[in-house]
Amino acid sequence: MAVNNRAKYEEKLAWLESLEAPSPEELRGRRLATRAWAGAWPVLLAIAIVLAVWELIHLSGWKKDIFPGPGATLANLWDQLHTGLLWYAIATTAERAVIGFGLAVLIGGVIGALVSRIRPLRAAVGSLITGLQTMPSIAWFPFAIILFGISTTAILFVIILGAAPSIANGLIAGVDYTPPLLLKAGTMMGLRRFSLWRFLILPASLPAFVAGLKQGWAFAWRSLMAGELLVVIANQPSLGVLLSTDQDQSDMQSATAIIIVILIIGIIVDQLFGLADRGIRRRWGLAGNS
Amino acid sequence: MAVTDRRAAPPTGGAVRLAGVSKVFGRGASAVQALDQVSLEVAPGEFTCLIGASGCGKSTLLSLVAGLEQPTSGEVSTSGGQVAFMFQEPALFPWLTAAGNVELALRARGVAKAERRQRTEELLKTVHLGGFGAKRPHQLSGGMRQRVALARALAQDADVLLMDEPFGALDAMTRDVLHDELDRICAGRHLTVLFVTHNVREAVRLGDRVVVLSSRPGRVIAEFDVPIERPRRIDSAPVAELAGQVTDRLREEMSRDGS
Repeated sequence: MAVNNRAKYEEKLAWLESLEAPSPEELRGRRLATRAWAGAWPVLLAIAIVLAVWELIHLSGWKKDIFPGPGATLANLWDQLHTGLLWYAIATTAERAVIGFGLAVLIGGVIGALVSRIRPLRAAVGSLITGLQTMPSIAWFPFAIILFGISTTAILFVIILGAAPSIANGLIAGVDYTPPLLLKAGTMMGLRRFSLWRFLILPASLPAFVAGLKQGWAFAWRSLMAGELLVVIANQPSLGVLLSTDQDQSDMQSATAIIIVILIIGIIVDQLFGLADRGIRRRWGLAGNS
Repeated sequence: MAVTDRRAAPPTGGAVRLAGVSKVFGRGASAVQALDQVSLEVAPGEFTCLIGASGCGKSTLLSLVAGLEQPTSGEVSTSGGQVAFMFQEPALFPWLTAAGNVELALRARGVAKAERRQRTEELLKTVHLGGFGAKRPHQLSGGMRQRVALARALAQDADVLLMDEPFGALDAMTRDVLHDELDRICAGRHLTVLFVTHNVREAVRLGDRVVVLSSRPGRVIAEFDVPIERPRRIDSAPVAELAGQVTDRLREEMSRDGS
């Protein structure tokens, strides 16, 4: 009984204390909430402005018969989110994005590593990589379709061609800009060849590599969308296929809804890269406040 | 702190020897002679300070000893094992913690994982950074970073430690404290140190010997033994007096040089 009382007393004491001082977790929670709000309100405001302008255009009666207002479009999107088809399409597109971007990271990474380390290779293909980077990836589709037919492979091929150069260039830039002082320090420490690469050059290139990944993703996503519109594979609904069908049926509401979905996916992935970038900056002490 | 006479210690550590070393950068008309016929010998366990105006090739000399550069002519040799190098900037790896930086130096010379952790802790304690292992370089002050760099250099377990104005960017107070620590660490480890500075008092405060270099090209123009007992203070009378003599010699050289 006494034990029970004591336990109750301690519990009460803990409760009283918790009233006075917020726990570190609570503080962190509050700070997180404040920070989330600080980041969120400009975005929310921007969305509200876009919707308002959109609604105004709709109300003005411009292309009234075909241009839907935000209300009807969002309702359409809401309906589509309750059908399996949109989710199936998102899954197909996401799968291609992951596979294509993954292969691009692999290939771009290996090429970047080789080119940055082997001098003759750099002279030979260094500028070629930059050239490839400026090439609009949609121009590759005729080539890819003739080579691989109307297939997922054709789409992946173009994604890789679009994304890998940026990723390779990111890594090459990172290696190039490894501070010479750190290289000296590493050499004096006894790091040689592989260990120098593994413990010094690679981690030192990380920020530039992540920047390359982010740019590579933007190219991959664009190539993928272009690919899905050009390479329409039967019985494999993807976001591009849905868009293309909407075009055929002049379904403006649905087309706009799909565009919003594509936009949102792009923004989310971009935010993820931003998160990784900020994480690195904070760890390295490059961020303003740490 | 015990007073130690390093040169009385048995010569087991590494020593540095430069014989007629010259270094020329570039070719033809634009060639710059950084060092001209420099001969210098540092005994095992000796703390030698190199002093000279900027452009006297002090840093070049260290790079030659470190093997980062090759002499144009002459011979550079270091007896004994590895050579450790401390730069003016800490040159810590920003993606690693303080402990991680020290540990990497241990890893680079193949120390086993279990031992690494323990040695890292010891080394950080040696430089009075016991509780700071988990901090990243940017979270430390300039003096603390330089201590981590010192711990990292010590982690190499080298016989020869090359220091290129390692305290040049620190404030006087921090530098003072680090001088004491360097004294203590060198006394305990029988390190051969080649310390480059342009601060005459610092050179006299730290060195067993002060070597004065001329400018463009760098030549050894004078050597001063420092018979002052340790522990020394940078603001003590004997240090100031000898520093005065060294400064006079340097002035003489600079006025002849016209620089």
